[in-house]
Amino acid sequence: MGGLDAGPVDREEVADEPWHKRVKAVVQLLVRNPDSPMNVDELRRGIEDLPPADYDRLGYYERWSRSMAAILTEKGVFSEAELGAKMAEIEQCWERGGPT
Amino acid sequence: MNRYRNGDTVVVRAHFPPGHARAPYYTRGHAGEVVRITGPFPNAEERAYGRDGDREPLYRVRFRQRDLWPNYPGSARDTLVVDIYEHWLEPGSRQ
Amino acid sequence: MSGHHPHPRQPDSEDLTWSRERLMAAAVEALLVEKRVVTSGDVARALDYWASRTPADGARLIARCWTDETFAARVMRSVNKAAGELGMDIGPTRVVAVANAPTLHNVLVCTLCSCYPIGLLGDSPGWYKSRAYRSRVVREPRAVLAEFGVRIPDDVEVRVHDSTADLRYIVVPMRPAGTEDLTEKELAGLVTRDCMIGTAVPSYDAG
Repeated sequence: MGGLDAGPVDREEVADEPWHKRVKAVVQLLVRNPDSPMNVDELRRGIEDLPPADYDRLGYYERWSRSMAAILTEKGVFSEAELGAKMAEIEQCWERGGPT
Repeated sequence: MNRYRNGDTVVVRAHFPPGHARAPYYTRGHAGEVVRITGPFPNAEERAYGRDGDREPLYRVRFRQRDLWPNYPGSARDTLVVDIYEHWLEPGSRQ
Repeated sequence: MSGHHPHPRQPDSEDLTWSRERLMAAAVEALLVEKRVVTSGDVARALDYWASRTPADGARLIARCWTDETFAARVMRSVNKAAGELGMDIGPTRVVAVANAPTLHNVLVCTLCSCYPIGLLGDSPGWYKSRAYRSRVVREPRAVLAEFGVRIPDDVEVRVHDSTADLRYIVVPMRPAGTEDLTEKELAGLVTRDCMIGTAVPSYDAG
């Protein structure tokens, strides 16, 4: 994106939310461990591979979340079905008591 | 061993492969000067697809901003430095 | 796999955004723990480690550079090793220092993603990750710097560093005039995060 047209830089400082910190912690655990199933270059590729409309719409850590899920599925760490089932399970849990 | 040395003029390949590429678009086809040699690092474009990646030198290449952008609005002194893997570089001469 | 997922539950203060991606992140973490790729202890320790990474470490490093020339020389050779001398664990990613001078002003960006020396400075600001900053600072750095209130004279070179590969950068700003009597701790207080990105310069007003 270097060199593309864009408007003024929005300098408002917005603190990371708790779940952003968790995504960061998990991603860094993976990319700093050479034996883990995801390296930082795969994470970057997964972010670039997002559909452009999603890339623009999503927040920074949302992109990480999507990329990490895509790479780990690709690597066979879990299947898309497992991921979908776990998301449904957690969503139900959040509806009952809220995220922990 | 390293193909280039500090002070060499290099040109970033004007190549637009599909997939994950590490040389920024705006540098491709432009000449710059090697200012620091680092690495070797595993080729990140290979690692991005889960392969190990051959280790290769990573060059810090300095460009004159006026060479990169037509109508660059700043000073003629202004420069930009990018880290570029060896396989993206060709020997070059400055205009 | 796309589309925000509006949710009926009222968000509370710990729950600012509800998105499908947030749910996905929680599911990925749970699966990684279930499959023993990571443990919940690993995650807890990582959270603690990242919470401890702040620009204060970078500022302490810069202040030492200002008071100890030989340390500054070691910083220019290896930030990671020099930070280790101050007891900082900035992680394995190699960080390179670029020093401002009377004729040179450095500014950092990563146009590819948003690479940043998080081990030394903590989280990057939102604007550093923004499309506007990443698009524009490589092509019109002086205009972007002016938006940050930094005006660089034409006889000073503005040098942009686009960190697209394996190295991360930190700007070593110049020590402000009139600070000869300040302690190292007071000097560190002059060094903001943005001074180490290059979108600010430290200033000192003795008055």
